[in-house]
Amino acid sequence: MSFVEKAVLINEPGVSRALTRIAHQIIEANQGVDRLCLVGIRTRGVPLAKRLGAEIERIEQTAVPVGILDITLYRDDVATRSNQPIVRETNIPFAIDGKTVVLVDDVLYTGRTVRAAMDALMDLGRPARIQLAVMVDRGHRELPIRADFVGKNVPTSRLEEVVVRLREIDGEDRVVLIERQSP
Amino acid sequence: MEFTRKDILGLRDMSREEILAILDTAKPCKQIFSRSVKKLPTMRGRVVVNLFYEPSTRTRASFEMAGKWMSADVLNFSVSTSSVTKGESFTDTALTMQALGADIIVIRHQSAGAPHLLARTTQARVINAGDGIHEHPSQALLDLFTIRERKGTIEGLTVTIVGDILHSRVARSNIWGLQKLGAKVRVAGPATLIPPGLDQLGVEVYTDLDAALDGADVVNVLRIQLERQKPGLFPSLREYQRLFGITRERLQRVARPDVLILHPGPANLGVEITPEVMEDPRCAVREQVSNGVAVRMAMLYLLSGGQGDALTH
Repeated sequence: MSFVEKAVLINEPGVSRALTRIAHQIIEANQGVDRLCLVGIRTRGVPLAKRLGAEIERIEQTAVPVGILDITLYRDDVATRSNQPIVRETNIPFAIDGKTVVLVDDVLYTGRTVRAAMDALMDLGRPARIQLAVMVDRGHRELPIRADFVGKNVPTSRLEEVVVRLREIDGEDRVVLIERQSP
Repeated sequence: MEFTRKDILGLRDMSREEILAILDTAKPCKQIFSRSVKKLPTMRGRVVVNLFYEPSTRTRASFEMAGKWMSADVLNFSVSTSSVTKGESFTDTALTMQALGADIIVIRHQSAGAPHLLARTTQARVINAGDGIHEHPSQALLDLFTIRERKGTIEGLTVTIVGDILHSRVARSNIWGLQKLGAKVRVAGPATLIPPGLDQLGVEVYTDLDAALDGADVVNVLRIQLERQKPGLFPSLREYQRLFGITRERLQRVARPDVLILHPGPANLGVEITPEVMEDPRCAVREQVSNGVAVRMAMLYLLSGGQGDALTH
């Protein structure tokens, strides 16, 4: 199977504009940053959460705690996969009880990752509320989950794949749509 | 990387990458110790059977804890209380476990190769929890994990294994694992308790403990296994203690000040290791126990898959 790049969905300045807008929306929706924290879902939710945290701090002059969540042990397909991805560390060095936790991920698709992330968070404490911020919502939900903050809504087909590339990991900021081609 | 092995039978036939995959996975698993809710949903609906033909406290309890913390159902069979005493054959017992719905069988057996036979006869995934004097992979993996945690890396370290190397499955698994991760391995013990041919594996053999400890970064002290030994392999426990016992005095005299001391337990206190050394901050025996649960969680998790891939985001 090979992949063909079909379109650039968000270019480099677009990524940072989207993050600035989402930062403002998070502050507005929560009327400030009191009791607010951000948690990035591994892998690409982590740099996005860090950038949102820096952006919110720039706007509000208040630092917001940012954590890292690995959801591998909460996946719902452990028993059906024939091989398992390696688990990595969760690092949320602050209490989430009574806080508003904004989960951050790159792409919202079936909703299963977010379901797993919410279960993982609940095992770490009892947040007052959980909100969801994503760079791209590509549709095809399999669970009743929606994002509170979205960089861009992109209607896609299931044969397509949305790839968010970030400079911290991939050396560039770009969101592309690719299509799987059967050989 | 992804872990694709059906069974974990030993470190000898494992690649460096596979060993590192288990150690890397164990690290986040250890975080469960600091959580108030010590439960993960990962293995819900999976059945883990502990099938122990030899006595064991920590290995069995550790696998049981690891399975339970990941929500698996764990059944413990020890031979003294099972149908094996009524003459049920090994293969029959294994097939019974499979019929009971076992997804993973953790087996300890006095005969080398028993886990390999089991792996061939059942569809269940098999973890070797110690087979005769052959291998004890989960112990070696937790030793490797502890060394990595305390020293940062294993590459380039010198590790001395002291004691009854001949009867020790812990030593064998450790030698293979340590060498694959780039450590230099020395063994030290009475000549009667060192198997011939170890030097061909690239292991340095010492019969003088002081020389073996000189410059070593890690000392792994093995238990004198009185139950496996024929009499006459060394003159007396007292002489063994004098020549090969790890004491504070000896460490001060010959070892590096930052030497890490490991012991797989249960220790014969005052024989291979003194109680003061067990309590020394350089000795990681208590950490080894909790690291053991983390490593076994990683092993169970990596084997908890079924057939066919369901891809989701």
